[in-house]
Amino acid sequence: MSIRTLAGLAPGEAGVISGFTQMDGFTQRLMQLGLLEGTEVKVLRRAPTGDPLEVEVMGYALSLRREEAELVLLETQG
Amino acid sequence: MNAPAQQPVLVTLGNPNTGKSTLFNALTGLKQKVGNFPGVTVEHLLGWTEIQGQQVTVVDLPGTYSLSAQSPDEIVAVDVLLGHRAEVGQPSMALVVLDATNLRRNLFLASQVLELGLPTVIALTMSDMLTESGVSLDVPALEALLECPVVPVAVTKGQGVDQLKRALAGALDDLRPHPLVLNRPLRQASATLAATLSAGLEGRALHPVEVERALTDKGGYAEQRLLGRCGLAAADALASTRQAVGQGRDLATLEARERYLWINRIVAQVEKRSPRQRTWRDGVDVLLNHPLYGALFFLLAMAVVFQSVFAWATPMMDAIDGATAGLGEAIRDRVGEGLWASFLIDGVIAGVGSVVIFLPQILILFAFIIVLEDSGYMSRAAFLVDRLMRWCGLSGQSFIPMLSSFACAVPGIMGARVIGNPRDRLATILAAPFMTCSARLPVYTLLISAFVPQKTWLGGLLNLQGLVLLAFYLLGLFGAVFTAFLIKRVLYRGPVTRFLLEMPPYRWPNLRSVLIKLLARAGIFLRRAGTLIFLVALLVWGLASFPQRQDASPTAQLEQSYLGQMSHQVAPVFAPLGWDWKVTAAVIASFPAREVVIAVLGTLYAVEADDENAEASLVGRLRASTHADGSPVFTLPMALGLMVFYALCLQCISTLAVIRRETASWRWPILAWSYMTGLGYLGALLCFRAGTALMA
Repeated sequence: MSIRTLAGLAPGEAGVISGFTQMDGFTQRLMQLGLLEGTEVKVLRRAPTGDPLEVEVMGYALSLRREEAELVLLETQG
Repeated sequence: MNAPAQQPVLVTLGNPNTGKSTLFNALTGLKQKVGNFPGVTVEHLLGWTEIQGQQVTVVDLPGTYSLSAQSPDEIVAVDVLLGHRAEVGQPSMALVVLDATNLRRNLFLASQVLELGLPTVIALTMSDMLTESGVSLDVPALEALLECPVVPVAVTKGQGVDQLKRALAGALDDLRPHPLVLNRPLRQASATLAATLSAGLEGRALHPVEVERALTDKGGYAEQRLLGRCGLAAADALASTRQAVGQGRDLATLEARERYLWINRIVAQVEKRSPRQRTWRDGVDVLLNHPLYGALFFLLAMAVVFQSVFAWATPMMDAIDGATAGLGEAIRDRVGEGLWASFLIDGVIAGVGSVVIFLPQILILFAFIIVLEDSGYMSRAAFLVDRLMRWCGLSGQSFIPMLSSFACAVPGIMGARVIGNPRDRLATILAAPFMTCSARLPVYTLLISAFVPQKTWLGGLLNLQGLVLLAFYLLGLFGAVFTAFLIKRVLYRGPVTRFLLEMPPYRWPNLRSVLIKLLARAGIFLRRAGTLIFLVALLVWGLASFPQRQDASPTAQLEQSYLGQMSHQVAPVFAPLGWDWKVTAAVIASFPAREVVIAVLGTLYAVEADDENAEASLVGRLRASTHADGSPVFTLPMALGLMVFYALCLQCISTLAVIRRETASWRWPILAWSYMTGLGYLGALLCFRAGTALMA
């Protein structure tokens, strides 16, 4: 187990959310959208330019930029 | 058009991309209008429907994921639901629209609404897609757990709307509130605090739900507004209540956890998921996400949008021009010449024409925007170009508005409403008028063909006139990017605004709903922006027509009119740019629309209207015109400066009227006009002075 951020995942990789680097209106919105501690998120793909990235959570897809994905802390296998 | 107070009010709300607007259109049909609350830039829809023989007002709120508010725009939902908006009144019930295939996330908002105690009905949209999504739902069990009617609908197939109306009728007769309470200590603390704080307040008392949002959404708009009303002393009360309820834990985190615990318990009982079926959607997904084919499809789609706004609209615009001219002729035949005829033809009909002329571009662009949004491709397009647009200080969602501004900033600025982030939306609105629109082209082509020498290099491959035109396109683009950066870095600092975009599954748009939305958009433009455009056109006609002088030639009439007098007076301001009073007059007269400058120059230089070579003779007269000392007015640096002025200035009342309408304030159009006119003046000054010095 190691701690990473959502921005560090490669397409196809998944992790379990362990927290956020900060608490504000934006991370509150993420939690309301289901990105809660203990929830699995998977990176589906990145835009051709490498940013933003598209993730899957609770069975739906969401796109966020690298700097936003860096706020989400994950535990991943390996 | 306000609904009578006794008419029941139904408020519909739901997450974005749930098919909420399609359902609203199915309920109300054409009986709807667009509403704006003061001080709010998002709009809501008001519609009317009949439920069991009773007229009901339906208020459709903008799509939202929760009742938390970061801005005045987002607090509207809470205010409307609590009955704090006088324009709507006290709602009788709420209709929450949930995407059946994405129940978990959609239930978050539903749980917040169920806590308000309003009679609530739930519509499950996309219920026809459950099977292919591999989801089976136990609707009766869901009804029992939520303690409110739940109706599956498939609007595009016309299923469930009648059942939904029956359920609404039931809720209308049974007005017993059924509040859900997930966090009782918070609810009680909010009620106590609301009572305490309201004691010293003028005006309406604080509602416990407002206080609950202020407590939970730390730093959010509910808190700001509460502190604004109650004074900073309330901050201590908020802090101590937060401590008492949360015991050191963050209330926002607690709220999200509690709600999802409740949701997960419900979903576990009502939803069974099996592997999804493979459908055409998977094929589309693979294609549109392919690095090469996805990019090609994007380019193709954008090329079609651009081409249609730019070229397909032209025949319709020509037809409108023709109809306006034909109508003018017909009136001239009946009324003859004179002031009255001029008022009707050059004032009223030309004024109406200057509004209607925008409709083809607006309708075409919005047809594409609505289809792209309803099909789910808009998010994909924004995803693909976000990096590129961010490099320009904008966001992926700005792409289509900026692209269509090459044709005309008016539809472009209206299209900026697809941008969720308020700062990016404002940046797009203020950057869009810099793009080289089709109204600038006639000005450029006239001045370039008259004053830029015909020179070619590399056997005709490079052409000086073409290069100058290209330079002006680039100048506009540069102005737009510069402005976007300025807004981002200087004007709109505040907290960092974030980018978060749902990528909805692809769906076929509903034709009827697309048409209803399109009509609404056209209606808004005609009513809200059209009136102002028409009035200014009329005003400029009046300035050019009065005082009247009998038997004066058109040129002499214009010279001694108020417009002519004004131009003589302000001409010294523009003298440093090399302009004389005639150029000044043409620039002022073209305030309603840039392209008018050519017609006004024609009048000022006494080009006969029926001259077959009107443009060639205008060019000749421009070249021959001189200042009092005999030096030519139109030198190359002066002409280039005039073009720079037109590239940068906001000499377009329609754009100003639309900025006013889309930002719901006069502040931005005034600021945009002053800023762009200032830039245009400086640019023209620099161009004229530097050019004159170089040529000397």
